[in-house]
Amino acid sequence: MSTPTPTPTLTRNGATLSLAGAWRIGDFERLSREISAQAAGIPDSVVTIDLGAVFALDTAGAWLVERTRRELAGRGVTVAVVGAKPAAAALLATVAERAPAPRGEEVREAAGARLVRSLGQGTIDAAATGLAFVRFLGSVVLTLARTVPQPRRWRVGAVLHHLEEVGLKAVPIVALISFLIGVVLAYQGATQLSRFGAQVFVVDLVAIGVLREIGILLTAIVVAGRSGSAFTAQLGSMQLNEEVDALRTLGLDPLEVLVLPRLIALVVALPLLAVVADLLGLVGGGLMAWVELGIAPAEFVARLRQAISPWTFGVGVVKAPFFAALIALVGCAEGLAVRGGAEAVGRHTTRSVVESIFLVIVADAIFSIFFSLVGV
Amino acid sequence: MAAEVLIRVRGLENRFGPQIVHQGLDLDVCRGEVLGVVGGSGSGKSVLLRTIVGLHEPWAGTVEVFGQELGRLGAADRRALERRWGVLFQSGALFSSLSVEDNVALPLKEGLGLAPAARREIARLKLGLVGLPPEAGGKLPSELSGGMKKRAGLARALALDPELLFLDEPTAGLDPIGAAAFDRLIAELRASLGLTVFLVTHDLDSLAAICDRIAVLGERKVLACGTLAELRASDHPWLREYFHGPRGRAASGE
Repeated sequence: MSTPTPTPTLTRNGATLSLAGAWRIGDFERLSREISAQAAGIPDSVVTIDLGAVFALDTAGAWLVERTRRELAGRGVTVAVVGAKPAAAALLATVAERAPAPRGEEVREAAGARLVRSLGQGTIDAAATGLAFVRFLGSVVLTLARTVPQPRRWRVGAVLHHLEEVGLKAVPIVALISFLIGVVLAYQGATQLSRFGAQVFVVDLVAIGVLREIGILLTAIVVAGRSGSAFTAQLGSMQLNEEVDALRTLGLDPLEVLVLPRLIALVVALPLLAVVADLLGLVGGGLMAWVELGIAPAEFVARLRQAISPWTFGVGVVKAPFFAALIALVGCAEGLAVRGGAEAVGRHTTRSVVESIFLVIVADAIFSIFFSLVGV
Repeated sequence: MAAEVLIRVRGLENRFGPQIVHQGLDLDVCRGEVLGVVGGSGSGKSVLLRTIVGLHEPWAGTVEVFGQELGRLGAADRRALERRWGVLFQSGALFSSLSVEDNVALPLKEGLGLAPAARREIARLKLGLVGLPPEAGGKLPSELSGGMKKRAGLARALALDPELLFLDEPTAGLDPIGAAAFDRLIAELRASLGLTVFLVTHDLDSLAAICDRIAVLGERKVLACGTLAELRASDHPWLREYFHGPRGRAASGE
């Protein structure tokens, strides 16, 4: 079979629109403009659309014919479509039957109105999120209170699994980061303090800085990014996959099965990670003090004993379980709040990390005020 | 009539670790036919479909579609070839962040570079063709029922007017009325668009209603391939069980 020229054309002869060539989606925009213009210019009350020379027609081409027919019919014009080959006729019939009536463009909201609406919606959403978190916190506490007296319902295996995931596997990154921060702190301290001849106070700077604040804060931030996000993504995917609903129908409480093990594991793991961070931070600081200032390790340790009390260490580590609870609760709450699709998992994971880091820092500030009030 | 072969699979072998799914599998799909692919769970129906459309690299053997071997094509040729078919995944696989209309419009934008107004017009047409109400276009996939998701997925698969349509269990999870309507829809579209259809299904009613030929997968290869009547006459035990079991009898009105 020789292939006729594929370029689709449209010619008008009186009240007849003659189509030729391959009417396919590739030329849709041009043909759409042409056929609209031609059809609009026909004054007659009877119009023929001749498809005799059309050798290929796809749905887009058929739609143009059908759309033109509807436009003309809308003006009271009688339209006859002739010359269609059997396959094209079948396609035209299908399109005529199923194509939706064209809709007018949606009314667009004014920019100002949209701003006001999104502001209001945002405020309501934020309030709802806060309320939902408080409610979630309450149900978790209730579930915990119900579960603790019944050792048979303790999910030791799950807790151990999560302990490994959020605790043991986080050790290398936490250790590395706190070591480097110790190094940086000692180096910066040394440059500043040596101007006053007070190099030896580098030890105080590193010890108090790392033990009271930076060790635990940094660990919490790393864990929020690492484990809080994982909690959200895991629970979010389970939520989408209806696994959470499946648990409910099996008479299992998702809070007990999914949330409590993660919460407990993180509350146990974060203080331990904080101890690791403290230790490595001091090692990093000590190493830098030795290299940069010539403070030998023995001297460093001796100075350390004078600089800090057990409370310095305690003040840092005691914050860890609270931070852990915040991270785990936010991570799980966001995960269980996932609805819709894959995009929602991503959105909630981002929110989980941002919210938990924010809450950790707010909590740290509150702890600072509290400790300065009680004088430790 | 020596029909043109659109899909030619020869000596296909697929394995996952120690598990061999296909071995020495041969299959032809001719232009204009609806080929139903059936087989027990785990017989590799979906793997076969994924191998043909190039989502899965075969362990051995060749797969030619439109006379070309996908694995040997450059990126541009491969894209051009991929535009000639449409795939409907089992659960629709709609992009969850896009509205239904935008899902259908995406290939029109990426493949053809149509302007937004034309994309919207065509997308609405396709949604109408698969029988979705106009207001469904503005919804997100998560707001649709399972049947509507499949229809939307079909509209997206048909966006570029493909010659070849792959359907992975299109009627699974639909109510009988919806499933029958879907079968009718496919038959109608196939008649009017001249589609060739590769249909993976478990639905005996679909097989009876729209398939020209049926390929039965089992024992790692195509056990039998032929019309429904031919397969019903076969005395292979699995085929007898499948077509003469209570559901098979019901579907054929015995």
